[in-house]
Amino acid sequence: MPEGAPDLGTMNVVVCVKQIPDPADPGALDPTTKTLKRDGKLILDESDSYGVEMALQLVAAAGGGEVSLVSMAPNNEVSGIRTALAMGAASAILVSDPALKGTDALGTAKVLAAAIARKSPDLVIAATESSDGYTGTVPAQIAEILGLPSVTFAKSVAIEGGVAKVQRQTEAGYDEVECPLPALVSVTAGVVEPRYPSFKGIMAAKSKPVDMLTVADLGIDAGRVGWAGGGQEIVDIVAAPARQAGEKFEDDGTAHERIIAFLENLKIL
Amino acid sequence: MGLSKVWVFGEAADGKVATITLEILAKARELSDDVTVIYGGGDAPAIAATLGAHGATSVLATGDLGGGLLGVAVASALAAVIAAGDGPAAILLGTTQDGRDVAGRLSVKIDAPVITNVVDLELAGDKIVGTEPVFGGVTNVKTTFTTDKPQIVLVRPKSFAAEPSGGAPAAVGVLAVPDLGATGGAKVTSRFVEEATGPKLDEAAVVVSGGRGLGESGNYALIETLAKLLKAAPGASRAIVDAGWVPYSYQVGQTGKVVKPSVYLAAGISGATQHLVGMKGSKNIIAINKDGEAPIFGVADLGIVGDVHKVLPKLIEALQARG
Repeated sequence: MPEGAPDLGTMNVVVCVKQIPDPADPGALDPTTKTLKRDGKLILDESDSYGVEMALQLVAAAGGGEVSLVSMAPNNEVSGIRTALAMGAASAILVSDPALKGTDALGTAKVLAAAIARKSPDLVIAATESSDGYTGTVPAQIAEILGLPSVTFAKSVAIEGGVAKVQRQTEAGYDEVECPLPALVSVTAGVVEPRYPSFKGIMAAKSKPVDMLTVADLGIDAGRVGWAGGGQEIVDIVAAPARQAGEKFEDDGTAHERIIAFLENLKIL
Repeated sequence: MGLSKVWVFGEAADGKVATITLEILAKARELSDDVTVIYGGGDAPAIAATLGAHGATSVLATGDLGGGLLGVAVASALAAVIAAGDGPAAILLGTTQDGRDVAGRLSVKIDAPVITNVVDLELAGDKIVGTEPVFGGVTNVKTTFTTDKPQIVLVRPKSFAAEPSGGAPAAVGVLAVPDLGATGGAKVTSRFVEEATGPKLDEAAVVVSGGRGLGESGNYALIETLAKLLKAAPGASRAIVDAGWVPYSYQVGQTGKVVKPSVYLAAGISGATQHLVGMKGSKNIIAINKDGEAPIFGVADLGIVGDVHKVLPKLIEALQARG
């Protein structure tokens, strides 16, 4: 078995989770600071609920171990983390620091990787991309920082004898990939059906440990994160050309005729 | 003006260059006279003519990776070239599975940022300014680099038009992959191709997509039947892909395919921002949804407020009657 592989029967998994503004109320960019306005309450990114569920199932299948969470959010925000704890994760690390304002994907990966390293997990799970920022680079960045192999875009994950067996989505279909642990896997939405937190789970989550850390606690120089550490800057925010809505009809039983006329007019028919 | 040297991450399957690579090449050759395609694979000679015809002067290839994943191998190889002082001004990659892996790993290796989800880019001096749509495409953010390191940019599909420029075949060179250590541990053991009949989703002139409004997975047959009659590709919203009704390869949207057909017909799709990003570049949009307030109607040229279970069967019947 490779070095660092789990003892038979236990499996420790860290899941990266993001707490985002409710997509039903996506907010806006602050024109002065050029960062996302984060006024309202944050929720667990739905994309991350799949990773949490996957982790819980893998630990259960291994017969023991622990699912813990790492997250980075402003203002010690924990409401989204509590949702994942209510699903069954045991504990969390939250990195919250004013110095992180404006941090890009690479800076985020540096922070999360430093937090993950404290747990020395057998497996790190992340979503392929967040629902609000969707850069989709953070999982590979974390793996590179931690010196781990990674399999991104997993649509199925199983662990057998210290090896992750993953079906990885491709343009044409999927690849079967085998990857020795420790490793990082990013999972797609739909990989598993996330459980709803039970009432008992919600109550238990209130007392589960959430370790609040700053950038300095992780030994990261504040100058390497935030706006200053990013190496990029927003130069303009403009409204995209809007698409005009056309005609709208209530179906009176003849809608199909309107569609056919529309297609004939375009010479599709 | 222009950049001294630009790298384009090239992707291909079965000797055929991916459309996204040709799209990026069309833009890259505007930025620089020295465009090198970076390729992870053993069949570079088979694609050198196509790459050259689209503006690449050379192609650097790793050779066969023996089942090793492409992202970490290519990123490590590029970092070594950059460390040796032969790096480019910019590296352009497609927003694909492997493109994101390469960009993410490389950004750490050279400690440089990635500008992602770019749909347009321009030069300001020797700096790239990328345009990225946010909030489902209602707002565009323009971002530029403030470092002097190679500028890593992830470009979304369908952002530029692929057009040959008539260049000679690209010269094939070797991209040496260093020892990857533990990071190279993942190996592909087998590959599965999901057979699809009919036109490809991201190339079809007509796309017919279904969503939650279809009610249950069995009703997706209505979409497939209609697609066949219109010689269209069938598509899907993320909701029904997540629910397991159809494979991921059917998904239109931010996380799936970006499509720009002549006609896009959305049946039972409400129009979440994640879906709109993938289809609102279509020339003509028809939407059928029972909720008259659904956001999809905000982009539809022809909006039908009605029940897909009534409209689709009648439409299918009428098309079948035409023969």
